[in-house]
Amino acid sequence: MRKAMMSAAAAVLMALSGSALAAGGVEVPEREWSFEGVFGTYDRASMQRGLQIYKESCSGCHSLNLIYFRNLTDLGYTEAQAKAFAAEYEVQDGPNDEGEMYTRAAIPSDRFVKPFPNDNAARAGNNGALPPDLSLMVEARPGGANYLYALLTGYADAPAGTDMMEGMNYNNYFPGHQIAMAPPLSEDGIEYEDGTKATVAQQAEDIVTFLAWASEPNMEARKKMGIKVMIFLIVLTGILIAVKKRVWADVH
Amino acid sequence: MSTAPQWKNPVVRWVDERLPIFTYMDHEYNQFPMPRNLNYFWNFGALASIVLVVMIVTGIMLAMQYTPHVDHAFNSVERIMRDVNYGWLIRYIHMNGASMFFIVVFIHMFRGLYYGSYKAPRELLWMLGVVILLLMMATAFMGYVLPWGQMSYWGATVITNLFSAIPLVGEWIVTLLWGGFAVDNATLNRFFALHYLLPFVLVGVVGAHVVSLHITKSNNPDGIEMKGPQDSVPFHPYFTAKDSVGMGFFLIFFAFFVFFAPNYLGHPDNYIEANALVTPAHIVPEWYFLPFYAILRSITFDVLFIPAKLMGVILMFGSILILFILPWLDTARVRSAKYRPIYKYVFWVFLIDCIVLGWVGAQPAEGTALIIGQIGTFYYFIHFLVVMPVLGKIETPLPLPASIAEPVTGGGGGASAGAAAAKMEKS
Ligand code: HEC
Ligand code: HEM
Repeated sequence: MRKAMMSAAAAVLMALSGSALAAGGVEVPEREWSFEGVFGTYDRASMQRGLQIYKESCSGCHSLNLIYFRNLTDLGYTEAQAKAFAAEYEVQDGPNDEGEMYTRAAIPSDRFVKPFPNDNAARAGNNGALPPDLSLMVEARPGGANYLYALLTGYADAPAGTDMMEGMNYNNYFPGHQIAMAPPLSEDGIEYEDGTKATVAQQAEDIVTFLAWASEPNMEARKKMGIKVMIFLIVLTGILIAVKKRVWADVH
Repeated sequence: MSTAPQWKNPVVRWVDERLPIFTYMDHEYNQFPMPRNLNYFWNFGALASIVLVVMIVTGIMLAMQYTPHVDHAFNSVERIMRDVNYGWLIRYIHMNGASMFFIVVFIHMFRGLYYGSYKAPRELLWMLGVVILLLMMATAFMGYVLPWGQMSYWGATVITNLFSAIPLVGEWIVTLLWGGFAVDNATLNRFFALHYLLPFVLVGVVGAHVVSLHITKSNNPDGIEMKGPQDSVPFHPYFTAKDSVGMGFFLIFFAFFVFFAPNYLGHPDNYIEANALVTPAHIVPEWYFLPFYAILRSITFDVLFIPAKLMGVILMFGSILILFILPWLDTARVRSAKYRPIYKYVFWVFLIDCIVLGWVGAQPAEGTALIIGQIGTFYYFIHFLVVMPVLGKIETPLPLPASIAEPVTGGGGGASAGAAAAKMEKS
């Protein structure tokens, strides 16, 4: 009875949560990621390449509003490097003592600069489609990193007979298959600073690793603490079991 | 049984003579007699209390950093996740704590169903438990709205709209819930206020639940009353030790989700900020609401003069309210399923029915899923309204043991004594 009830409890949990997640979307192939699993960490070199892709390609359309330049030290850059990266951008500040707004070079405590001042401007620049903010993209899609990778590598010619809407591109994994974003990655479309060969697959892996970090910058701290907490709890529970056995020895 | 302790410490004695909190604690948590044959399913009440405290502590810490305004709520939660020291930890504990709360409480309730813990003299104890479930649901629903993601917003819209099905006062209630004519800033503000308030109401009701428990004492797997000191052990150290073991395992389970799968039980759409112009493809509530959501959506036809929507709402609330009268719907004379050869299986059928309803709740309400949901809903109510009353009358219970101590110590007696006891219990 006790065992049966335990497994029933487990079954409830799995059945309910599993099905809740499976709702909607196309089946996405599973890949291996550096940040998966209990010991997973973000691959620094891959993230740095990802940042380069974001900067040179995606940032023309997509904002990354939740990230500050200071966060770039997470990617393995020094504070000076983060500062230099920020200084390439201009931000509006003010009002100054004369009451005027002015522009200045960005500093590490500024957020990433967005490509469009507002959603309407973004739509106007993209045939009416809104490029979403990428800060939480990996958490905000069922399938997470696997979905994003599949999306970025999943452009194809529309099957014969598909009625493509004006300005739309066929994608195997986008819900509904018609996406307003043109394929953002192309073979050797970027020259990596570290000399890595820029295949589409390589670029997709790098940008997704970077975006996974952007979605959850504290993941490494979380897992590291988790391992310590687990070890502590397992030892504690062992002790508690021993105590309980001693206490109950005279009852059974 | 219990003797008034002599307090040696003069300060303790001075206080105790004027306000006997020490004597009370000694009586209720030290000497308090517990059936000696309890299994680990009797840990879940203690676990639920632990989660309640965890939720209140982490909730207050979140509230110090959270901004209840439609323009800032989503980003203030992300600020907690990214920039507040250990904010991610606090939020993941609170977020997963809500799921843990329901897992623990559901197991706690099914334990009660299996062992007949709701039967006399524990009816009021059970009913207070149902009040706790309702309060938890209201609290969790409003808490889920606070991060102001897409599911927050659309879940709030769908669920608050249900009240409009109520004749005459429905529209008025919806406007009151919204504080306006749509889910908006006023809604978020009042939900935050209530989300802060209800857990403390919950503490009060849990208090009453526990006081009532200490009057009737715990039920046990045999479902027979303690007949003397040989049947019981004092709460301390026996159950402080046993509950601690349960707590250890539970915290491992809880920590696994917090540290290694913090978003597994959540929905990705809630990481998209609320947008009144974009409706998500599937609006699904949190997993713990799915069976009730399935019941709500299974009514796609009018019942006599009652429109389908209203009927769905009635059945959804009815599925919980019916638990209030379960002690009188169940006509059996023995409590525990251990001694009820047919109910033993009926229990599992009912549990599976609830799981199936949970699965249906996550599917779009169409096709086979809808039909399964309708059958599941039908059986849910048949279980309470027909099976429980009839079964108690036609089932012949197995002979009960003479006392709790007997099966535990394995000492003599045997079937004849058991049969005699069963007769006693019936009369
Ligand atoms: C020319 C502008 C443009 C560029 C450059 C661009 N995107 Fe997009 N992106 C869009 C638009 C427009 C959409 C909205 C598509 C839609 O809703 O149909 C979009 C949507 C997306 C989505 C969301 C898909 C979904 O499931 O909703 C992701 C992820 C994405 N882009 C990633 C990227 C990445 C990564 C890059 C850089 C490698 C990039 N984009 C470069 C315009 C762009
Ligand atoms: C009965 C106990 C409680 C339950 C079941 C509960 C449930 C929830 C749930 C489900 C969420 C949404 C989590 C998310 O998606 O982020 C939430 C958020 C929140 N809760 Fe609670 N809660 C409880 C107690 C409290 C208390 C006592 C407070 C403090 C006053 C509190 C403050 C908050 C705040 C500020 C949020 C929004 C921040 C966030 O989304 O992480 N909660 N709660």
